[in-house]
Amino acid sequence: MAIVESKLKSEQACYEHVLPAGESWLHEVKRGQVFRILDLEGNQAVDTLFYNARDPQERYSAVDTIREQGNLYLAAGSRLLSSEGNVLMTIVADTCGRHDTLGGACAAESNSVRYAIDKKYMHSCRDSFLYALGHCGCGPENIPMDKRDLTANVNFFMNVPVTPAGELTFADGISAPGKYVEMRAEMDVMVLISNCPQLNNPCNAYNPTPVQLLIWDAAA
Amino acid sequence: MSEAFSKDNAIWEESVPGGGHCSFVMKRGTALRLTDVAGGANLCALFYNTDEKLERYNMPDTLKAQHTAHLTQGFVLYSDMGRVLASIVADSVGWHDTISGMSNAVSVERKYGKVDYQQARNAMHRNARDSMLIELGKWGMGKRDIVPNVNFFSKVAADEAGGLHFQPGHSQAGDFVELRFEMNVLVVLSASQHPLDPNPDYVPKPVLLQAWRCGAPDAHDLCRNFRPENVRGFHNTELLFR
Repeated sequence: MAIVESKLKSEQACYEHVLPAGESWLHEVKRGQVFRILDLEGNQAVDTLFYNARDPQERYSAVDTIREQGNLYLAAGSRLLSSEGNVLMTIVADTCGRHDTLGGACAAESNSVRYAIDKKYMHSCRDSFLYALGHCGCGPENIPMDKRDLTANVNFFMNVPVTPAGELTFADGISAPGKYVEMRAEMDVMVLISNCPQLNNPCNAYNPTPVQLLIWDAAA
Repeated sequence: MSEAFSKDNAIWEESVPGGGHCSFVMKRGTALRLTDVAGGANLCALFYNTDEKLERYNMPDTLKAQHTAHLTQGFVLYSDMGRVLASIVADSVGWHDTISGMSNAVSVERKYGKVDYQQARNAMHRNARDSMLIELGKWGMGKRDIVPNVNFFSKVAADEAGGLHFQPGHSQAGDFVELRFEMNVLVVLSASQHPLDPNPDYVPKPVLLQAWRCGAPDAHDLCRNFRPENVRGFHNTELLFR
């Protein structure tokens, strides 16, 4: 749970966007640029996927990432690996302490299983992901992307502890207003975010809120 | 009530040699026993709805719906569409891994050296990711269809700080696990060593597959009632077959 603060100043960022809860964001972060997600109001899960911007078939792999670092949780120093074993992003600063990559994204169908059949009609991260992919031409050839491109994601600021006996729980968040995670792109990376609208468990403290997204150029 | 394996309801059996890979369809109401013949096996597995292959095994949904980070008897394998692909109806092992992924060309060469077909014929070193890609290619599928897999017969536990620990010697000769298929499922398998197996030698172990007709589960079924979530998962699944 190493806390590593950033030296970057928000006024020097080359990009800034406030993403409300329930919205998606698809944006390229160039190699060498630094990308920050800021939890404005606290305990807000940010479901995030990463793709090689030149070839989206190469994408974030949760299981390769946790196996190669020998640890379930993401923190400062974690290298986010692709399905081809390459580093997409390195987490260079983090004031939250740890982030989940086992819990995946909420979806209409999994909500119907986890909570009640009629929860199927509530908004979900997968709907946000599919909305974003449905409106994009992705990669150099404007390759269409769809559900085949959705795989196990990172949940920044989310707390999903696993016990030595192999149980998994969704616990109250360990994030707070103003906490952030910052990562450096090690290749040109397309970042897909759903700012989580889940209301059925404590991942957003039952109150989904906006997050701020910032990018700095390599020279900053 | 679904039926246990016997000579009378057997459909087929096959032995997958260590390092081997295969893929096949299991229909709803059939079951498959996987047996670790020699001890120390690992069976890398992926599952797809064969009628709509965009629907596939989903590790996060499987884990969070059942509040678990491992698989054993009672747990089911969820698709990304809130349906049950298969149920674990029996298990002598107690823990199967689904959080550590599969070996790849780089990891196998780094660990065991490069041994190709020209040198070693069919004893060449194979890796799980390329084996899965070969099998998926037979069904018109590819890289975009590879998702976090199950590693049957392997145990990887996490300590309080999240550190991962592979348990050597977890599965013994004769250990088995039984899957009952609740949908028509494309099964893709690679009998490859677990990527965290510390054994420095390339010695993937064989796995015996035995299939039988078991029938669909009734209202009192163990897996259906294992958790309240599973009651809803079976409900969603059975809507497909009304």
